Amino acid sequence: MDSAQSQAVRQRPVLDVPVDSRALAHHTAAEHSKLASDLVFDVRDVTVRYGVHPAIRNVSLQIYRHEITALIGPSGCGKSTFIRCFNRMNDLIPSATVEGTITYHGQDLYAKGVDPVEVRRRIGMVFQKPNPFPKSVRENILFGPKVNGMEVDADEVVERSLRRAALWDEVRNKLNDSAYSLSGGQQQRLCIARAIAIDPDVILMDEPASALDPISTGRIEDLMRELQERYTIVIVTHNMQQAARVSDRTAFFTTEVEDEASDFRSGKLVEYDFTEKIFKNPSDRRTEDYVTGRFG
Amino acid sequence: MHSEPQTSAAGMPAAAAGPELPSQPLSLAGRTRRGERVILGLLWLCAAVSIFTTVGIVLVLFVDASDFFRDVSIWKFFTDTAWRPFGGVEQGRFGVLPLVNGTLLVTAIAMMVAVPLGLGSAIYLSEYAAPRARRVLKPVLELLAGVPTVVLGYFALTFMTPVLRAIFGTSTVQIFNAASAGIVMGIMIVPTIASLSEDALSAVPQGLRESAYGLGGTKRQVAIRVVTPAALSGIVAAVILGMGRAIGETMIVAIAAGNLPKLTANPFDQIQTMTAYIVQAVGGEAARGSLTYESIFAVGALLFLMTFALNVLAQRFVRRYREVY
Repeated sequence: MDSAQSQAVRQRPVLDVPVDSRALAHHTAAEHSKLASDLVFDVRDVTVRYGVHPAIRNVSLQIYRHEITALIGPSGCGKSTFIRCFNRMNDLIPSATVEGTITYHGQDLYAKGVDPVEVRRRIGMVFQKPNPFPKSVRENILFGPKVNGMEVDADEVVERSLRRAALWDEVRNKLNDSAYSLSGGQQQRLCIARAIAIDPDVILMDEPASALDPISTGRIEDLMRELQERYTIVIVTHNMQQAARVSDRTAFFTTEVEDEASDFRSGKLVEYDFTEKIFKNPSDRRTEDYVTGRFG
Repeated sequence: MHSEPQTSAAGMPAAAAGPELPSQPLSLAGRTRRGERVILGLLWLCAAVSIFTTVGIVLVLFVDASDFFRDVSIWKFFTDTAWRPFGGVEQGRFGVLPLVNGTLLVTAIAMMVAVPLGLGSAIYLSEYAAPRARRVLKPVLELLAGVPTVVLGYFALTFMTPVLRAIFGTSTVQIFNAASAGIVMGIMIVPTIASLSEDALSAVPQGLRESAYGLGGTKRQVAIRVVTPAALSGIVAAVILGMGRAIGETMIVAIAAGNLPKLTANPFDQIQTMTAYIVQAVGGEAARGSLTYESIFAVGALLFLMTFALNVLAQRFVRRYREVY
């Protein structure tokens, strides 16, 4: 996807014109052949359980380098659970188990001998609520390099990370102030800068803008487009417009009644395709209902 | 309720007819609720009793202490280096420093035992223990706080002292010594520090842990570099409260530390703490009305000021702790 074309696609208003499906099919095939070598994550038949109940089941999808992949769907569909599989964050929840395989550049993430600490060093994460450490701005940035024993020029890392997170100009004179003195939107960009400081390959974002006002949200979205040049990004979002605005591909999840008797629900991947296709010409009725606002 | 005649606060008969068509104009005036007042009064009394008792104790303490300070100057009290209330060559010297020295020495030893053990248990319970292990271990640990201090005192004298004498030699370690009492007192305080610190550590938001793990932190790094600093003021408050208990602790030192007021930093010496002196004097060795008798109020008042200062300090830390994240 050359950048001028993708820019045009992004700026077209969502859900207005019918898309020529033949053109789209052609586009998809071309993209696919180009991106096959750029496979970052290959998810095969993944089921995550909390205890015995699956929170999400039988998910298969591929995530490609330098793309932004959005995971959308109604509450409880397991998208947050799913994104936490990519950096083995679910390991922290004692009752959680992950079945199926996720490979990362061809390596099984859940193989024996894989150290989750090493995984998280390459696959960074930004959370829903801005959660800077109760330390200075500077110490927040340097935490990652320090715990990973990276020999870095501290000043340089701080400046570079903050510049990439579009925060440098706002905090350059407050580097030694508490991170809590920043606004919510600034705190979230600080968390992004902190993730960037260890130079990850992938950045996972779990509803990064849901606690922010529209202006801060806009800045985070602009930032994601810039970060895409260097990193592969996976984002969970509740906000369909956000997915439509920023992502290259979108995965739509929904909930399904697992057990009629107890009304227990689990999440399921309904459709995964280019964002444009998901929003303009979805293959599945449930996707269409969701993106057009008839459901969810 | 509707069938009973009611009287409003304004003295007007309330509508008894039911919800429709009130014959009286709508009244929103408050009613007297007698039950509320009684409860309020009782609760106030409960609070008042403890406050008045505290005020009364402090008053007695300081009034009687002032009798003592008519005979012994405050300057002498704080600068003289000998405490000889019970006769002998230097009878009548009332320098409180040896007693304060004893108290601080035992407290320091106790804290050296209690802080590492308490903090270690707290970090283990909060960050490492499986939920099931924590459910069992925390109550067991807190059970230790229920052991009567007189039992701990005998434990110090009959177990800890022989152990210390076996290790360091009977010529070095006196039968009554600060170390034995201090170590056992430290063990006594472990549950206080562990339990309160664990509360502080557990109160650190999960989000902070997750973001630290997300940056490639190991379990140890997350516990030491993120969770412990975030809980620091709560931990400091726990340590200060523990220290307050150590300073005020009486039975263990009265039994195991001895009755010899002495300016010393040697943990194996016999010493006397402020609390142990009060026990000794009250226990019949001082005649009522004598200077020695009055001295216990001076020592008591000083003890009160020390623990009071520590409690104020602890509260300040707790208040700060609320603001951290």
